[in-house]
Amino acid sequence: MNRLIRCLLPLLGYGLLALGLLLTLTPLLWMLMASLMPAGEASSYPPRLWPGTITFEHYAVLFTRLDLARYLFNSTLLAGTVTVISLFINSMAGYAFAKFHFRGRDRLFQSLLAALVIPAQVAMLPLFLLLKQFGLINTYWGVIIPGMASIFGIFLIRQYLLAIPGSLLDAARMDGASEFRIYWSLVLPLCRPILVTLGIFTFMGTWNDFMWPLIVLTDSSLYTLPVALANLLGEHVQDTELMMAGSVLTVLPVMLLFVVLQRYYIAGIMLGGMKG
Amino acid sequence: MTCRLHSQTLSAWAFLVPALLLMAVFFFLPILAAFLLSFTDFDIYALGDLDRLRFVGLSNYLQLLQSPLFWTALGNTFYFVIVGGPLSVVISLGAALLVNAPLTRFPGFFRTAFFLPVVTTLVAVAVVWRYLYHPRYGLLNYGLSLIGVDPIDWLGDPDWAMPAIILMAVWKNFGFNMIIFIAGLQNIPMQLYEAARIDGAGAWRQFRYITLPLLGPTFLFVALMTMIGYFQVFAEPYVMTQGGPANRTLSIVLLMYEEGFRWWNMGYASAAAFVLFVLILAGTMLQLKLRRREPS
Amino acid sequence: MDFKVFTQNRADYRYTMHMFPMLRLFLSSILLILWLTGCDSAIDRPVVVEFWAMGQEGEQVKALLPEFERRYPDIRVQVQQIPWSAAHEKLLTAYAGDAMPDLFQLGNTWIPEFVALRAIEPLDERLKTWPSAAVSDYFTGILATNQLGNQTWALPWYVDTRLFFYRTDLLAAAGFSGPPATWDGWLQIMSRIKTLDGAQRYAILLPVNEWQLPVILALQRGAVLLRDRNQYGNFQHPHFREAFLFYLSLFKEGLAPPVSNSQMINLYQEFANGTFAVYVSGPWNIGEFERRLPAAVKGKWMTAALPGRVVPSTRSSLPSQGRRDSANPVPPSLGGGDWGTGDDDLAAGVSLAGGASLAISRTSPRQDAAWKLLEYLAQPEQQAQFYRLTGDLPARQAAWNDSALTSNRYTEAFRQQLQHVQATPPIPEWERIANRIAYYTELAVRQEMQADEALVALDRDVDRILEKRRWLLEQGLAP
Repeated sequence: MNRLIRCLLPLLGYGLLALGLLLTLTPLLWMLMASLMPAGEASSYPPRLWPGTITFEHYAVLFTRLDLARYLFNSTLLAGTVTVISLFINSMAGYAFAKFHFRGRDRLFQSLLAALVIPAQVAMLPLFLLLKQFGLINTYWGVIIPGMASIFGIFLIRQYLLAIPGSLLDAARMDGASEFRIYWSLVLPLCRPILVTLGIFTFMGTWNDFMWPLIVLTDSSLYTLPVALANLLGEHVQDTELMMAGSVLTVLPVMLLFVVLQRYYIAGIMLGGMKG
Repeated sequence: MTCRLHSQTLSAWAFLVPALLLMAVFFFLPILAAFLLSFTDFDIYALGDLDRLRFVGLSNYLQLLQSPLFWTALGNTFYFVIVGGPLSVVISLGAALLVNAPLTRFPGFFRTAFFLPVVTTLVAVAVVWRYLYHPRYGLLNYGLSLIGVDPIDWLGDPDWAMPAIILMAVWKNFGFNMIIFIAGLQNIPMQLYEAARIDGAGAWRQFRYITLPLLGPTFLFVALMTMIGYFQVFAEPYVMTQGGPANRTLSIVLLMYEEGFRWWNMGYASAAAFVLFVLILAGTMLQLKLRRREPS
Repeated sequence: MDFKVFTQNRADYRYTMHMFPMLRLFLSSILLILWLTGCDSAIDRPVVVEFWAMGQEGEQVKALLPEFERRYPDIRVQVQQIPWSAAHEKLLTAYAGDAMPDLFQLGNTWIPEFVALRAIEPLDERLKTWPSAAVSDYFTGILATNQLGNQTWALPWYVDTRLFFYRTDLLAAAGFSGPPATWDGWLQIMSRIKTLDGAQRYAILLPVNEWQLPVILALQRGAVLLRDRNQYGNFQHPHFREAFLFYLSLFKEGLAPPVSNSQMINLYQEFANGTFAVYVSGPWNIGEFERRLPAAVKGKWMTAALPGRVVPSTRSSLPSQGRRDSANPVPPSLGGGDWGTGDDDLAAGVSLAGGASLAISRTSPRQDAAWKLLEYLAQPEQQAQFYRLTGDLPARQAAWNDSALTSNRYTEAFRQQLQHVQATPPIPEWERIANRIAYYTELAVRQEMQADEALVALDRDVDRILEKRRWLLEQGLAP
């Protein structure tokens, strides 16, 4: 009996894993396959999993007629800018919370953490009116500025820096290095792994963000990919294959980024998860 | 020494100022403003001319509580959180156990594969799932027909629309929690299991008396994060159903978006946003309390 | 998987200034791009008119623009296409964010809202340069929806109303030679069609989650949708109630399937299969039907004006809909209409004065150029050309004499119907009210709510929506 279980268990395990794999990857694979089918083929019964003939016409349409390159550029520019700026701002704050002693530090940090519970949507309505006052609606900056500082980013940097001995910094101070110089040429390099992690988080978060760009960007020449895609769905809901090609192009860059840098990404989740 | 501390304080604030300033202006100030706004009747009339703005006290909140639409949205949101949240956590835990099992080879491959949906763009995969859910040509109904299930109008049938959205949401994010569970599992010392085996404890007892209790803090974190995230569901119904059919997938955030940015009832929408905030806060407190009361 | 903590010795940090060359490159290129995209060197450039149009109109109107730009070499037009589903919120967001286009398309029921926002520029001064025949060339019922408080705020671009699309062969099989003229006749035809052979058959396809048809039926019944200067809902009134119950009965008796349009997997296929024989829709479906119906049903379908509740001759004194505030006298053409006087012997029941208009943003610095574009798009030739491109029916009657329209046998019913159209109440809240009507209609159709419960709830919601309006009227702050 026991031996039987011991034989069956791995089988059952692999069976479940295989089922999980099937359910997880089928939507993504079907998206890719459908994007390569000639128009109309994805709406046939029984559904086809493999294109009869492979065509790139939908991708061509997206880039020529539907201006997808523009949205790709917008998404890259916005996600890249937010990432770079927020890395600097969050790492400075995280560093201050981790390595400096000042009055009210812990209370300040804790109240920031408590604010994580506030849903961002609460701030959205007045934020819109505020950015309107600054004339930032319908500009790239309207998307960039609210993303420049994040509580989660500060938290992550702080957690990482707590584990690093302060003696290194003290030694630099003894040498008479200025505080900014210590930050710039010692702390930042030390933080490189967590910066990469946070960078991926921020980049993907901004890339995938939908609600805020949807609200702030009214001019289609400024749309990000997700907004453009939702826009496209309004007009081309019948064109399954075209929509799938658009989805592939929206998803692919972040997926590639993840596959290449997944070591950092997963480590970041664990750091955030464990110490939280 | 005091001088050193003083200069430390100065430098610390210098490093903090950019982040704090940005958050104060673009997060905390708007939240305060939203609070004030929720006591006014800011609407398109006020947008056109501020003379037409009124202070209305609690009437937005009272109206909200009297509005069947709000209760519908609240019910839908709770449905999503209460069914989708635990489902997502359980599936994540199952996947983590499988991937982390000592017998499983290539855990890295499975981990990456299960994680892929997490990094995808929600809008894009919501578009994809719309087609997967197509009653006639969709892959899902086809798969079900192979095992003899009649076609389901996933997004068109009022009773199926929310399950469909939950299914998609769980697919999209179970990988994230799975990673956290794997980390938690790897933190459990192997010796505990070895000792249990020597004592003759089977797999189930090991899971029940070692794995689950030691996963406690991870469990709490995952449950909290999932709940907070699920309370804010927006893009899935926005892209897949626009809140329909018969408002069965209208969530609180979607209601807030519609009231705020479609009809420009900013005051009313702000009140809805604050109700959501209070709900999330209450949910967080409740979970923390339940966890604390449990014997460790 | 864990991080390698860098174990540099302390001398190293001095040489790490150039740690991030890639980062720096990226940062500076970003700044450069932001700077470049931020500048707009406007030296000696033609005026660029920004024009927002929705859906396929936004796509197709581009074909009309080269000719315009040839006539006005100093004006360039930039078209932005917005999907209909997001159009209303996009326009409002743009207004709130001071990012309005110079010229924009809007549903004519939205005009009161944008007038209340002070978002659009009245056109009366500019219209004085037009010959009066040109203005009266518009369908009067439609033009009226663009006029508010004695001013003209926008010009109709294309017109839209709803009527019957039906299968002539199925009606004939049921023993009828033509479309119904009255509700009774309509019911008769439908129940006869329902009993034709074939188990899975309905008589008519009706939307379950749209407000238009219940409102049309109510208008035909003579209902006044809002009462007391449009300050309160009037949906429990016997007139509205009767029409509402009639609408629901079509579902209850199995004459119409209780599914929404988006669920009807393939509308055209089902129409061809005879799953239903009658469909209430607008002009955009003429083209779709011609394109998508299989050859087997070519020539077996037709359009017809809607039936009235009673025979035309007996319904001469219907109250006028969409009454303006007492301060703004009712234009004589608006409202009740002049049925019975027309030469059409086909009894047209009233339908909605729908369509889309073009308006100029009040804050636009390029109003003159935008007006030139508006004028151009209003010319009968361009209107006819636009019809050829989109199938959207021209707002100018002169354009209807174009061969493209006269040769299409399906448009005539629309021309008749357009003589009998009524506007919805001209208040900014209408869009929200319509949304509530659609919501409660769906609940009632799906039998999740009793009809009378739904009407009570509808009145309550509408009264609440109109609360601000009542206050403004009280204060004398004209809404």
